[in-house]
Amino acid sequence: MTTTTSTPTTLHPAPTGALNLARTTATAARVLRQLLHDPRTIALMLLVPCVMLFLLRYVFDGSPRTFDNIGASLLGIFPLITMFLVTSIATLRERTSGTLERLLAMPLGKGDLIAGYALAFGTLAIIQSALATGLALWFLGLDVTGSPWLLLLVALLDALLGTALGLFVSAFAASEFQAVQFMPAVIFPQLLLCGLFTPRDNMHPALEAISNVLPMSYAVDGMNEVLKHTDMTANFVRDALIVAGCALLVLGLGAATLRRRTA
Amino acid sequence: MMNYSSVRSDPPDEPAIRAETLNVVRGTRQVLRDLDFTVPRGQITGLLGPSGCGKTTLMRAIVGTQAKVTGTLDVLGRPAGHPTLRTRIGYVTQAPSVYDDLTISQNLAYFAAILDPGHTAADRRHENVTRAIADVDLTNHADALAGNLSGGQRSRVSLAVALLGTPELLVLDEPTVGLDPVLRRDLWALFHDIAGSRGATLLISSHVMNEAERCHRLLLMREGQILADDTPDALRTRTDSETVEAAFLHLVDEAVAAARAKETTR
Repeated sequence: MTTTTSTPTTLHPAPTGALNLARTTATAARVLRQLLHDPRTIALMLLVPCVMLFLLRYVFDGSPRTFDNIGASLLGIFPLITMFLVTSIATLRERTSGTLERLLAMPLGKGDLIAGYALAFGTLAIIQSALATGLALWFLGLDVTGSPWLLLLVALLDALLGTALGLFVSAFAASEFQAVQFMPAVIFPQLLLCGLFTPRDNMHPALEAISNVLPMSYAVDGMNEVLKHTDMTANFVRDALIVAGCALLVLGLGAATLRRRTA
Repeated sequence: MMNYSSVRSDPPDEPAIRAETLNVVRGTRQVLRDLDFTVPRGQITGLLGPSGCGKTTLMRAIVGTQAKVTGTLDVLGRPAGHPTLRTRIGYVTQAPSVYDDLTISQNLAYFAAILDPGHTAADRRHENVTRAIADVDLTNHADALAGNLSGGQRSRVSLAVALLGTPELLVLDEPTVGLDPVLRRDLWALFHDIAGSRGATLLISSHVMNEAERCHRLLLMREGQILADDTPDALRTRTDSETVEAAFLHLVDEAVAAARAKETTR
């Protein structure tokens, strides 16, 4: 047992409103470290999308054009779904285990926590998307006109959107059962309306209007732009900005659900 | 907005915690009613009372995580929940709040990085982590996953997190629940050391009355109100009791009788 002579008040300045880089990266490193203790989850996150793409390639063995369309869209949808699930469960655990309350009683900004999660799962999403994109392009013969880097960019933005949505809905889930049920509630309607099954302009006008305000539609549109055009088109830039904007907006909403004082 | 930086240190004779007509409502229920008390600095104050009497709510109000708090509640010279207090208070919840999928040292390293961030502080953080793990006697388990530890060990990890930043005020919610007698004795020795040599203030809740004898001062609570605020000796003398437990029961009976008398005169 030792005594310390340090005076904590002068050592640790009070947190300011801005992001603290050291606290953000410490949080991201902690989230990744937690995952490292759970190799099965990592393996599932990285391998399942690859296996699905592989399956899809041979389901559409007779019509490679269909595989091109659906495959490219799925490269954007997988990261969104995986990150949604992982984030909603991870933050729910943070809320129920009391660690969130402990962190918010410490000098951790809400922004630091959210940015830390986004950074950690974003890193994982890059690895996942790189694996899936690489497999699709070079082994499964996915025919993409544009640059694979643009596919990766959209995939990363989708992953951020998934993280943001997961964080947000975890505030409304009281248990892990509920959190998992938010997946079909939040993701499936977007999946049906995003243009994966049929082009959005073929839908009933009412549904098309709804699909126009759902972020996943723009994720799929962006992927299709890369599929069909060699250059970065204006439509691609618009789609990517919309997805990124939605992700930031929902992250902001997620931050608002973290309360330092609770009943 | 006050300029806090000019107020370097509060006068030492000022209490660590001062509450005046403190009220807390949860839902429709009034959990704390018009509390008035002070907690002196550099001492161990025990917060005792049956489960459900409002101990945890009071502690959450003090550390600033409880919503719907009205009245005056000053902690270390600032209103409770003030941002500058976040590095000066260590809080341990009743259920251990640590990451089960991290090792003990990884848990502590993360919380240390939140309290004292940056590369330049790395050595100091490492020292603090090693000391905190030694303080709760878990050095041999430092690389074990928190989820694989026993209940008592996990609550000690949670306690170690609160010891990290050498806080001026430690708020501990039932820290010795479920621990064996040897560990309990060691932890109480640690608490006295923290109060004595580090000059920190400790507020420790318990519903085990024999732990009360080890505190410098006691706050006895019942149904959201404070029954007594005194030293253990003074309490026993005043109620003519052998133990604090007997003193508490005496005070409860008195309070019940007073409440009945009030009912009948109405």
